[in-house]
Amino acid sequence: MPALVRVQAEPFDVAAETALLTRGRADIGAVVTFTGLCRDEGGRLDALELEHYPGMAEAEISRVAAQAEERWPLLGLTVIHRFGRIAPGEPIVLVLAASIHRRAAFEAADFLMDYLKTQAPFWKREHLRQGGAGSWVQAKAEDDRAAQRWAEPPSGPDGGQI
Amino acid sequence: MKLVYFAWVRERIGKAEEEVSLPDGLVTVADLVAWLKGRGEEYDYAFENESVVRAAIDHVHVKPDALLGHAREIAFFPPMTGG
Repeated sequence: MPALVRVQAEPFDVAAETALLTRGRADIGAVVTFTGLCRDEGGRLDALELEHYPGMAEAEISRVAAQAEERWPLLGLTVIHRFGRIAPGEPIVLVLAASIHRRAAFEAADFLMDYLKTQAPFWKREHLRQGGAGSWVQAKAEDDRAAQRWAEPPSGPDGGQI
Repeated sequence: MKLVYFAWVRERIGKAEEEVSLPDGLVTVADLVAWLKGRGEEYDYAFENESVVRAAIDHVHVKPDALLGHAREIAFFPPMTGG
């Protein structure tokens, strides 16, 4: 089943998206939800501005989602990534992974976030409370390392189901 | 061929996109970068740390040795910071 992928400026409703994923289904045993939020960095930040590459953003998220669906026995997958100006406390990204058992859902959501951070064409810029546009957020080596760990094949052919 | 730029690569070059006619002899993405750097100091500035800037051909990530082929759109951008 292809994942539901959306790239949008508007906020999203986690409960509504979860209901959409599970409505009318009796086969799903686990839904793992990851929501990434904009934080204020100790009061320093007024907002984050997310620039994206329209067209490639959707394509790249869909490619990563397809990899996750190939690797884990998922029953549903939703990925939503916002762009534009986002205030502290607002959501930026949502991953919903549904499966029969929890392990596949946890791992798929974890994998998706690691790959989205390093592969999806989005760039964050800080807007400071002191006024004015701040600097572009630097990519972190730890994010590359986090994505790299998935290059190893999973523990078993069934994706480690429990 | 259409070139598109994002984030600080876009800011350094001073434009979001442009149409260019490539001279003969450009084979790879690295060749294209070398040619761009000769077009003006804004390009030289954008690609001053060439290994940091990422590229995509027709919405797919590529390495510097990727062939330009019949690409319609080539993008240059910094390492991604979404999620």
